[in-house]
Amino acid sequence: MTVGLSHYLTVAAILFTLGIFGIFLNRKNVIVILMSIELMLLAVNINLVAFSAFHGDLVGQIFAMIVLTVAAAEAAIGLAIVVVTFRNRGTIDVAEIDLLKG
Amino acid sequence: MYQAILFLPLVGALVAGLFGRLVGARPSEVITTTLVLITALLSWLAFYQVAIQGEEQRIELLRFIDSGDLKAVWSLRIDTLTAVMLVVVTMVSGLVHLYSIGYMEEDTGRPRFFAYLSLFTFAMLALVTADDFVQLFFGWEGVGLASYLLIGFWYHKPSANAAAIKAFIVNRVGDFGFALGIFAVFTLFNSVQYDTVFASAPDHVGETMNFLGYQVDALTLICLLLFMGAMGKSAQFLLHTWLPDAMEGPTPVSALIHAATMVTAGVFMVARLSPLYELAPIALGFVAIIGATTAFFAATVGLVQTDIKRVVAYSTCSQLGYMFAAEGVGAYGAGMFHLFTHASFKALLFLGAGAVIHALHHEQDLRRMGGLRKVLPFTWAMMLVGTLSLTGFPFTAGFVSKDAIIEATYAAQSWVGNYAFVLTLFAAMLTSFYSWRLMFLAFEGKPREPKEVLAHAHEPPWTMGVPLVILALGALLTGGLFFHLFIGAGQAEFWRGSLVTHTGEHHDVPVWVMLAPTIAMAAGFAVAWYFYITNPLVPFGLAKRFRGAYLFLLNAWYFDALYDALFVRPAKRLGRFLWKTGDGTIIDGIGPDGVAARVIDITNRVVKLQTGYIYHYAFVMLIGVALLITYFIFAMGGLKP
Repeated sequence: MTVGLSHYLTVAAILFTLGIFGIFLNRKNVIVILMSIELMLLAVNINLVAFSAFHGDLVGQIFAMIVLTVAAAEAAIGLAIVVVTFRNRGTIDVAEIDLLKG
Repeated sequence: MYQAILFLPLVGALVAGLFGRLVGARPSEVITTTLVLITALLSWLAFYQVAIQGEEQRIELLRFIDSGDLKAVWSLRIDTLTAVMLVVVTMVSGLVHLYSIGYMEEDTGRPRFFAYLSLFTFAMLALVTADDFVQLFFGWEGVGLASYLLIGFWYHKPSANAAAIKAFIVNRVGDFGFALGIFAVFTLFNSVQYDTVFASAPDHVGETMNFLGYQVDALTLICLLLFMGAMGKSAQFLLHTWLPDAMEGPTPVSALIHAATMVTAGVFMVARLSPLYELAPIALGFVAIIGATTAFFAATVGLVQTDIKRVVAYSTCSQLGYMFAAEGVGAYGAGMFHLFTHASFKALLFLGAGAVIHALHHEQDLRRMGGLRKVLPFTWAMMLVGTLSLTGFPFTAGFVSKDAIIEATYAAQSWVGNYAFVLTLFAAMLTSFYSWRLMFLAFEGKPREPKEVLAHAHEPPWTMGVPLVILALGALLTGGLFFHLFIGAGQAEFWRGSLVTHTGEHHDVPVWVMLAPTIAMAAGFAVAWYFYITNPLVPFGLAKRFRGAYLFLLNAWYFDALYDALFVRPAKRLGRFLWKTGDGTIIDGIGPDGVAARVIDITNRVVKLQTGYIYHYAFVMLIGVALLITYFIFAMGGLKP
């Protein structure tokens, strides 16, 4: 069995779905949400790299590097927000963060 | 000159009203009083020129309304009738201004008071100089406004506010008819100008006009509607209830507006429109009946009142009835003559009563007066002159004019005339009784006022004394001086068609008719003497024995109670219903409040969607993106290869 494009795409789709479910089945912790977002970004990266290899076009892989950079920055900001939230409210429990509730 | 007569009081009113604070109270008083006194002087000049020398004037001031057939020109019509009214209005107004300087000296709102007085004078002059119905209406409403403002002058007193509103609303009833009358005049004659209307009136005799679905005689209808306005303004029977309450205003106001001038506007109006009334005998009969009834009714009520001003107020009402009774039997000259003399002696009585009230520190109750003759001899003498003239003591002004009226009613030789004759004659006796009752209660007997009040009682200052003296002279002399002009042999030449005069029809009345008013006067005096000088306990016994009749009179035939039950309370109930149910429940309930409540209901449900959990928002976003992509894929023809 040769590993083809569709395998990569399937793995990426599974990872992406895991990320989504991670976000809204998660009832505990903001950090888990951040991790789920990373997971979804990685799934997208796999897609990009897979298509890049498939088409023999390096641009896609360069784009994946950019996405990684952005993801790192996003994670840094996200964690900073989490820290500030914890300082202010004493918890990072998602069920407790409901300021938008009507 | 005639423009000056009309506008000088307005200038005074504007100066005192707008800049009263700036120039101060004393200058305001001096300015307004001086201007009105100048006007009075000019009015005598005008009287001489117009009434004696016969130089009638029409002065066009302004084209007021020019719309289709309706052409209202503001012009001054100065004929004898106007000149007479000019003299009455400006003289009494000038004297009242002067008197008020003394009477109102302790009041803080003097600039406002004098501004209102001058404003009133302007409006009244506009009324009497009117040359068409529109200007008449302007003056008519202007004096109503000034009357309202002056009755409610002491606006911190709830009773004064209530009286002011009552006067305004009762006058609205009359003015409603008055306005309808003017509309009917325009409909019928296609003009509102006096001369045009009078000239074409004889052509319209017998014409009918649709009113409330009935075909009625047009001229009679017009006259009756216009007379409705006169009934309101002149406080005639059925619409009289505001006048006694109007005594809440300062006493000079009562003298000027509610005795001498404004309330006589109705009498003036009927005299002015006498060419119309002559053509509507039914309306004229109605005028006489209302007048005579008022004369009698108000006199009976005056018998038992205990407030000194209310006695004089009912007396005014009664005397106005006399004037209408005279006009109703066609003796317009006699009506105007009584207006002329009444202005001086009734203003004198009011100002004299004001002097008493002033001396006793605003005590108005006759039961707490007495024995004032020795304390206030000057005031007593002035009141005595006024009373003699009012009751018709021989050769005073009131004697001449009142006898002329009573004789005219007898001479009319109709059932209306006889009705008026009997009632006015009886009223003459009652007039004498209540006038002397007032004099005896206030000035004779033992003092009933507290000692400290009596100790401080003082004669009026000269500003109040001078007007009293001048009016007293008027009350004594105007009858003799002007008899010849107003109703004597020279009347046709004097009036010169400004009102209808019936010359050559002078009926010789029997001697007993000529003597009857004097006898009635003497009888009233005798009864008053017996009741209040020789046997002061008799009135109490009578009041106790005939308690029903006494209360009936004391409450003015229960008209106030009747109107309260018939109109005031139903109107309040209706208003309350419309307010609570109509506005509150229906309009607010369905409209603003209802919409607001529904919006809140809906938003309360919408708000529940906002859980505040991040993963819910993320989920909705994802679903949204998924739906959007699905839509693009399937609706837009799928992804292009």
